[in-house]
Amino acid sequence: MSEPLQITEPAVAAAVDAALAAIAAAGDSAALKAVRAEHTGEKSTLARLNASLRDVPNDQKAALGKLVGGARGRVNQAFAAREAEILEVEAEAQLAAEAVDVTALPSRFTAGARHPLALLQDRVCDVFTGMGWEIAEGPEVESEWFNFDALNFDADHPARAMQDTFFVDPPEAHLVMRTHTSPVQVRSMLEREVPIYVLAPGRVYRTDEFDATHLPVFMQFEGLAVDKGLTMAHLRGTLDHFVKSIFGDEAKVRLRPSFFPFTEPSAELDFWHPTFKDGPRWIEWGGCGMVHPNVLRAAGIDPEVYTGFAFGMGIERGLMLRNDVQDMRDMAEGDIRFSQQFGMVV
Amino acid sequence: MRVPLSWLAEYVDLPPGTSLEDVHAALVRVGLEEEDVHTFDLQGPIVVGEVLEFVEEPQSNGKTIRWCHVRVAPDGEQAADGGDAVHGIVCGARNFFVGDKVVVTLPGSVLPGPFPIAARKTYGHVSDGMIASARELGLGDDHDGILRLSTLGIDAPVGTDAIALLGLDDAAVEINVTPDRGYAFSIRGVAREYAHATGAVYRDPAAQVTAADASVDAFPVAVRDEAPIRGRVGASVFATRIVRGIDPTRPTPAWMIARLKLAGIRSLSLPVDITNYVMLELGQPIHGYDLDALQGGIVVRRAAAGETLETLDGKVRALHAEDLLITDDRGPIGLAGVMGGATTEIGDATTNVLIEAANFDPVSIARTARRHKLPSEASKRFERGVDPAVAGAAAARVAQLLVDLAGGTADETGSLLHEAPAREAIRLPDGFVTGLIGVEYTADEVHDALAEIGGAVTRVEGGFDVVPPSWRPDLTANVDLAEEVARLLGYDRIPSVLPVAPPGRGLTRSQRVRRGVADALAAAGATEVLAFPFVSEAENAVYGSADGSPVAGVKLANALDATVPYLRRSLIPGLIGVARRNLSRGFTDLDVYELGLVFLPEAGRSYGTAELPIGWERPSEAVLAELNDGIPAQPRHVGVLLTGDLQHKQPGRAAEPAGIADALDAVRRIAHAAGAEVEFVQGSHQAMHPGRTAEVRVAGQLVGYAGELHPSLTAEADLPRVVAVAEVDLDSIIALASDTVEARPIGTLPAATQDLSLVVGADVPAATVAAAVREGAGELLEHLQLVDDYRGQGVPEGSKSLTFALRFRAGDRTLTAAEASDAKMAGAALAAERTGAAIRE
Repeated sequence: MSEPLQITEPAVAAAVDAALAAIAAAGDSAALKAVRAEHTGEKSTLARLNASLRDVPNDQKAALGKLVGGARGRVNQAFAAREAEILEVEAEAQLAAEAVDVTALPSRFTAGARHPLALLQDRVCDVFTGMGWEIAEGPEVESEWFNFDALNFDADHPARAMQDTFFVDPPEAHLVMRTHTSPVQVRSMLEREVPIYVLAPGRVYRTDEFDATHLPVFMQFEGLAVDKGLTMAHLRGTLDHFVKSIFGDEAKVRLRPSFFPFTEPSAELDFWHPTFKDGPRWIEWGGCGMVHPNVLRAAGIDPEVYTGFAFGMGIERGLMLRNDVQDMRDMAEGDIRFSQQFGMVV
Repeated sequence: MRVPLSWLAEYVDLPPGTSLEDVHAALVRVGLEEEDVHTFDLQGPIVVGEVLEFVEEPQSNGKTIRWCHVRVAPDGEQAADGGDAVHGIVCGARNFFVGDKVVVTLPGSVLPGPFPIAARKTYGHVSDGMIASARELGLGDDHDGILRLSTLGIDAPVGTDAIALLGLDDAAVEINVTPDRGYAFSIRGVAREYAHATGAVYRDPAAQVTAADASVDAFPVAVRDEAPIRGRVGASVFATRIVRGIDPTRPTPAWMIARLKLAGIRSLSLPVDITNYVMLELGQPIHGYDLDALQGGIVVRRAAAGETLETLDGKVRALHAEDLLITDDRGPIGLAGVMGGATTEIGDATTNVLIEAANFDPVSIARTARRHKLPSEASKRFERGVDPAVAGAAAARVAQLLVDLAGGTADETGSLLHEAPAREAIRLPDGFVTGLIGVEYTADEVHDALAEIGGAVTRVEGGFDVVPPSWRPDLTANVDLAEEVARLLGYDRIPSVLPVAPPGRGLTRSQRVRRGVADALAAAGATEVLAFPFVSEAENAVYGSADGSPVAGVKLANALDATVPYLRRSLIPGLIGVARRNLSRGFTDLDVYELGLVFLPEAGRSYGTAELPIGWERPSEAVLAELNDGIPAQPRHVGVLLTGDLQHKQPGRAAEPAGIADALDAVRRIAHAAGAEVEFVQGSHQAMHPGRTAEVRVAGQLVGYAGELHPSLTAEADLPRVVAVAEVDLDSIIALASDTVEARPIGTLPAATQDLSLVVGADVPAATVAAAVREGAGELLEHLQLVDDYRGQGVPEGSKSLTFALRFRAGDRTLTAAEASDAKMAGAALAAERTGAAIRE
């Protein structure tokens, strides 16, 4: 323990002045910490003056206590103020030091991508599930019965030859790569109860050579509705709603008479949009019609009671029209740039 | 079908100025799709000239040219090009004489090519135009010399516009004919459709000629079909007509050549041209025989075993018992409806001709044409159905043209075997068409539309009875008639009404999960691709079999590329192809994936069904089960391939090359998106690196592999040495994952964390040690994480030190350090017991 000090006004004032000068002179928090130890620590003059209060006669205790307490209070206040100043400066300096070039940061993010055909297929499905339809599926290696016979393709009818079918070896086993998603129509009618509203998306196969406008493997979606009282007007209404959902409110649908073995009446489906690259025009996008009574019969549905409509379109063509894809090969070759330009949205 | 407008205009009124586009637009409305347009592509002035004189001038190149003076306008008049009436023209051909009328393409004219004609200096003269050959005009293939108009039987005044004279101002629309509309393979049918579309007046060409009186004696014909296909006799109608004394060498008139040419048929000889012309006009295929080469009458029958026939194309064909034949006393003389035989072919010496206009069974013709690879203009029409009532008129039309153009005399009577069978009426109840189409048609509209297409429409109680016209074999049911009404009155009348489907259940779980998996992989930086599923047998053997045991594959009978005739058992070969393509385009860092079906027939099993259900009724459940059982399994897999850097080098960060760990991560993402817990076990697959392969298990079941491809395979495929791949059966993962999550209470009391380092043999899988620790530590262990695998100083050779970070927590109390330590030691003890692990001090 050091010697007690004589508490006098000048002594207290000198200690305070010395402390305040030191506080003002402290340039950073380390210096300030040293100043604090020196001027308010146990061995500091002010601490010793404070300790000396013990030895002061009782009648002077109040006055001297006030003198020393006030002095310590002033010094502590000055410390706090200076500390705040220094911390602010130092915090700013740290922030300044932490600045980075946001354009040169390393990144673990890689822009992955869904295939745009898959994305568009998902969107198409969403339009229909939004209407209460369900998504139906079937195998890609399919029995000829589902792919042709049940769909009213006569074994010798030229329509069967026009399908350019891949046959599984040996052909006598009657297995084919499905040429359209229509066999799923048949499967849906066999497996579900009427009323049926289903959309069947998926891969299909034709023996077309691989070039800018043909793929031997491509994607279709096929819609089927079987219910009481369905007419071609319902078919048109569904197609109108669909193209507007995918292409916007300005899109329009036109039906042209055509022929498919599994629909009667049959129609080609054209659609019109003002923003096609070569100007507003009608573009063929698929086939549709009222389900042929023979197809209903093959699935055990009475055509006297129920009618149905069906339509089928190619996803690839949809993508070409919607997103201005020029060469179909880009969709099949797996060049990562093709998918990556779409990312997660189509 | 190509339809020259001048021909169409003969049978339906085309308003003046009707363009090709107008005709297309009209035909499209009734269902005949636009395909193309065809013109001769000529521009005048092209005129008739007369060769006044020429001088032959041998040239230094060995050729001899003729320097000609050709009159191209009457004396004293200006030529069509504004030049003199006589032009000097250099001509390389030498097949003409002074006085010949020829076709002169004057300067300013343009020939197909385009080949513009101008006065030009050649062989020392200014050649002021050109004398044209038939081929240069687009009229035929003859380029042996210039076209002498006398060979076409033409003598027109000098200066006449040759374009109009030769019918070269005509043009044709080409339409796509759907397989149900055989009658639209004729001018007759298209003109009728055009009339339907426009309301123009139609004149049936078949009504312009009168069929000869039929007499059985005119020519003996018999149909003896002892093996009808599907119950249908091979020939239902067989009309003949005889024309005698023709000169087959006479020229075919230019207008006929031009029309045939526009219709896509080459002019061959007058009799052949006439038969083709009538086929195009009426849709009835015609065959002409040299009457004098026939031995006895004609018998139509099926081929007998071992029979052969030399067809017109000079090929000797072995016949099949299903082939329908035309025979005479000596044997086969033609494949009915497909191609004639060589022995009775009409030639330059033929004088008497037998015309055949028959109606053959579509199925029989289709099979024969396919069997002998002989698709012809005739078989195309028979397959789609020919009007059985037009045979007599067609024979008469051929006879008429042979008389008019070939100088023959037609026999008064012909023969007609079997009249066209009468058709049964189709009942069309009132309101049926409206009920199917959704348009409120009046009864009159329905009646008139069906009458307009040629139907016999009768009012009956509650509806109409409609007998379809003979030329529409496709109309067999009430729905067919409904389509006729709808298309004649216009599909644009059909309103748009959105049907209300019953409430649906949205995507199935499998559909939702597949989307989630695809999205998760893409969100993590991978790129989705869609490869063709065609592979080689070797690729299936290597990638489709883990242990090298033989596997079966689905093989295509008619693969486009014979090197890859199989369907994939694995997605990896397709991803390797994608990787190679990207690498060749300069992309070395790849992270790609595919969701798709694989095709997994079982070895030693045969698939498919020999017989298919017949008829329009629901097959029995047993038959349906058999059909489905005959289809090989086609589960949906996910395949992933990574190579190069997963993370490229960046400021302050080194590159991270892709490897097995990333393949496993991809599998974790897949399983996570599917709600499945995945487990990796050291594994082996013949296509993969022997030390870097994990079996992927869900609920203890093998669902795929992840790791790195065998370096020998990557070398073979010209890929970088390290290619990480994973392939899992997504259908199985979805089936094995639980579809609902049972929520656990979330403990809020403080946790105690401790580390545990265990020394075990280097060959002990970390997962085995972790499992023992987890089990031994019991319920208090909330989480365990392997944080280090250390080998080296301080750890005995052949051992490794595994450090686990453990987190303990109790649900009902704050754990003490002692409780956590006890649990940790219990875990270490079980690990020691199971794996020999010792706590590392």
